[in-house]
Amino acid sequence: MADLSVDFAGIKSPNPFWLASAPPTNMGSMVERAFDAGWGGAVWKTLGEPIRNVCSRLASVDMGPQRMMGLNNIELITDRPLDVNLREIREVKRKYPKHALIVSLMVESKREAWHDIVKRSEDTGCDGFELNFGCPHGMSERGMGAAMGQVPDYTCMVTEWVKEAATLPVIVKLTPNVTSINPPARAAVRGGADALSLINTINSVMGVNLDTLVPHPNVNGMAAHGGYCGPAVKPIALNMVSELARDPEVSVPISGIGGISTWRDAAEFLALGASNVQVCTAVMHYGYRIVEDLIDGLSNYLDGKGYASVRDFVGVSAPRITDWGALDLNYKTVARIDHAKCIQCNLCHIACEDGAHQCIPLVQMNGTRYPVVDEHECVGCNLCYLVCPVPGCISMVRLDDGTQPLTWRELTTQREAPTAGD
Amino acid sequence: MSTHQVTLLPDEEIERNFREIAPALTDAEALFEANRCVYCYDAPCTHACPTHIDVPSFIKKIASGNLLGSARAIFDANPIGATCARVCPVEVLCEGACVEKTLMHKPIEIGRLQRYATDFVLAAGLDVLKAGAPNGKSVGVVGSGPAGLTCATYLARLGYDVTVYERKQLPGGLDTYGMAEYKMTQRVSTEEARAVERLGVRFRLGVEVGRDISFEELEAAHDGVFLGVGLGETGRLDIPGEELEGVYDALYVIERIKSRRWETVPLGRAVAVVGAGNTAIDAVTQARRLGAERVMLVYRRGPAEMPAYEYEYTLAKQDAVEFLWQTAPVEVIADAGGKRVAGLRCVRTEPGEPDASGRRSVRPVEGSEFDVPADTVIKATGQQKMREFFASVPGVGVDSAGHVQVDPETMRTGNPKFFAGGDCVNGGREAVDASQMGKLAAQGIHLALTGERVEFAGARVPLHEETQNLKAH
Repeated sequence: MADLSVDFAGIKSPNPFWLASAPPTNMGSMVERAFDAGWGGAVWKTLGEPIRNVCSRLASVDMGPQRMMGLNNIELITDRPLDVNLREIREVKRKYPKHALIVSLMVESKREAWHDIVKRSEDTGCDGFELNFGCPHGMSERGMGAAMGQVPDYTCMVTEWVKEAATLPVIVKLTPNVTSINPPARAAVRGGADALSLINTINSVMGVNLDTLVPHPNVNGMAAHGGYCGPAVKPIALNMVSELARDPEVSVPISGIGGISTWRDAAEFLALGASNVQVCTAVMHYGYRIVEDLIDGLSNYLDGKGYASVRDFVGVSAPRITDWGALDLNYKTVARIDHAKCIQCNLCHIACEDGAHQCIPLVQMNGTRYPVVDEHECVGCNLCYLVCPVPGCISMVRLDDGTQPLTWRELTTQREAPTAGD
Repeated sequence: MSTHQVTLLPDEEIERNFREIAPALTDAEALFEANRCVYCYDAPCTHACPTHIDVPSFIKKIASGNLLGSARAIFDANPIGATCARVCPVEVLCEGACVEKTLMHKPIEIGRLQRYATDFVLAAGLDVLKAGAPNGKSVGVVGSGPAGLTCATYLARLGYDVTVYERKQLPGGLDTYGMAEYKMTQRVSTEEARAVERLGVRFRLGVEVGRDISFEELEAAHDGVFLGVGLGETGRLDIPGEELEGVYDALYVIERIKSRRWETVPLGRAVAVVGAGNTAIDAVTQARRLGAERVMLVYRRGPAEMPAYEYEYTLAKQDAVEFLWQTAPVEVIADAGGKRVAGLRCVRTEPGEPDASGRRSVRPVEGSEFDVPADTVIKATGQQKMREFFASVPGVGVDSAGHVQVDPETMRTGNPKFFAGGDCVNGGREAVDASQMGKLAAQGIHLALTGERVEFAGARVPLHEETQNLKAH
């Protein structure tokens, strides 16, 4: 059986599955139940000056019968007294010494404030810190959270302050609400961060109640933008994780966060360069119990693929993400439809007709109208393959005519290259 | 007449037995089911529906929460869409063609979704169709069954002054008087008729054309006439004892059931039903549900040849009906008093040579007579054609099978002022088939009276584009 244990920037955990700093890690009794269920680590709900929350706080995007494809919240950091949280962190760590217990921190932009909370937190016996530079709502209006993460100089400065006081590993949690994820990541590393975690939630307005015309979530007839998370944000998170995994200036481990619901999601983050993953929305939806299949599924997968450990698997797909200009222009695939499996829903036809390249006409064959791919016209875009509801009915087939690979960069370099006549 | 009905079961039990077999979907069920629809393009379900309702469109409107639009998409192509949602043989029509049936062996519940959307507007009292501006022309519609109601609806939408003549006291034809009670109550078809009335259509109920009003009067009163009169009574068995007390036409028994006054239904404890069509199934299942202890279906051929749909047969089996296959009645046996039914004398049959239609004939097996005890015999061997009725309308021709001859596109008969549709033209099919004919007839009448060609939703399979050939290279 593959070794699932992880050493993340010096923080050891029995598996790569941590609970992200959020409602599921609000208090000691919850974290204990999570560890009992099998979670390898937990990042405590962010500590700081106690706040007051509003009611209501959450809203979701549903997709047909699937609830909570996306979730957003306007909840702030912990609303519990600091000494209560610190006491419970100490108790949990004492009871679960082999589990990773990380303390998430957010205080005002004052060196002493950070020094103070770091020292008080270290005293609990926790394994490390995560600096919440990502919260996009409420706290950011007070100069904290994303307000720090969106300005690389602040990110670097506050990280330095924390490192001045901390003896434990420091993870900087990044906000995705930036034009490029690289500058704040590099700033955190410059400031001494031992690791990065991303993504925090994305600025979002979840929709409008069309009966009351009040946007969600309703706070006495008004709403505010909140932080978006859940399965819908996974592709955005994967992109940012892979951006950093490929950045030579970012040499520290990455904790992947964003829409992880299944072991497959987790495996994708690991493959693109995350050394562990953090989960929240899926637990808020289904409870701590989901970790059982996260562990079981990942373990079976690694065994099946012949990986001895999670460590061996981290980053295996990272080199396979490149810039568009380095993709092979001569690679050619076309769609093939298995008419024995076709159910004549004609979604491929209309998708190609109205959304692509008009190369799947309906053709009468043996008295039935079938969609048929015109391979001369097919550009291999995948759309028909994506819309087809029948497993294995449409496949994308490589047409290899022996042409050597050619990238856009090569093509433009050839054009610009001086010729013998110049 | 003297019925020999004994109240066989307590009323509560009968009510329970006659609950709808396909109950309404809950909001949650409808939303889930609507989202399950693949939203096919040029969809097989729409092809399979005789009225070519744009099924994916109305289902996606349910998913999007646009129930008004969904109901309008249905009623636009089929004004009796609420009735059809309940009585259509969806297994062999839309749901039989559903790609989810092909893919997952579980078709989308199109019928129940259609009911969900149409129930919404009927319950809310919303009218989704509008009458056209009066065009000064008048049409008489004879019969208020599915063909007549549909024809009247489209004509009203075009601005015609429409009068419907119905010999019964309630509108709806067989939708009101002939559907198994566990499939649909009278309320649905009569409410649909009321919606037609709100389009300005006049209903003259209890008026029988040819008796209360002559064809000449009808012709004089209207610019055009639509005949949607359906079929006649069930044919005779032509066996001795057929006149005894206790021998009934299946349609009569079902009509009694539709009144929901169970004590007026003429049923005994042992019921023999002759025939194996869908009406025969309606008779045996409802006899069982009313409490008849022994119900037999007597059919001269075998189960493979029975005209009833497979799922109807299944329903009868589930209701513990006995099937006497390869059995033909030869005499209704009288009791000692000589007036009442005491049993049915039958003979075994065996398959003979195929007839002209390729269907095998049957011949009695000599000496195989046997008696089955029965206090009720129900004839369900198919309705007769109304040759005499049509013979009294000049120019309206019927073919050798008794079907009124019409132009299949305009439904015009040999008499240019008369149009026809429904069972009297096709010999007896589904309500949805009759509805489509009513639609085509409305278009035909409009063409004949104004010279203008109109095409209503689902008049033909919507051809999104012609089938293409591969692009030439």
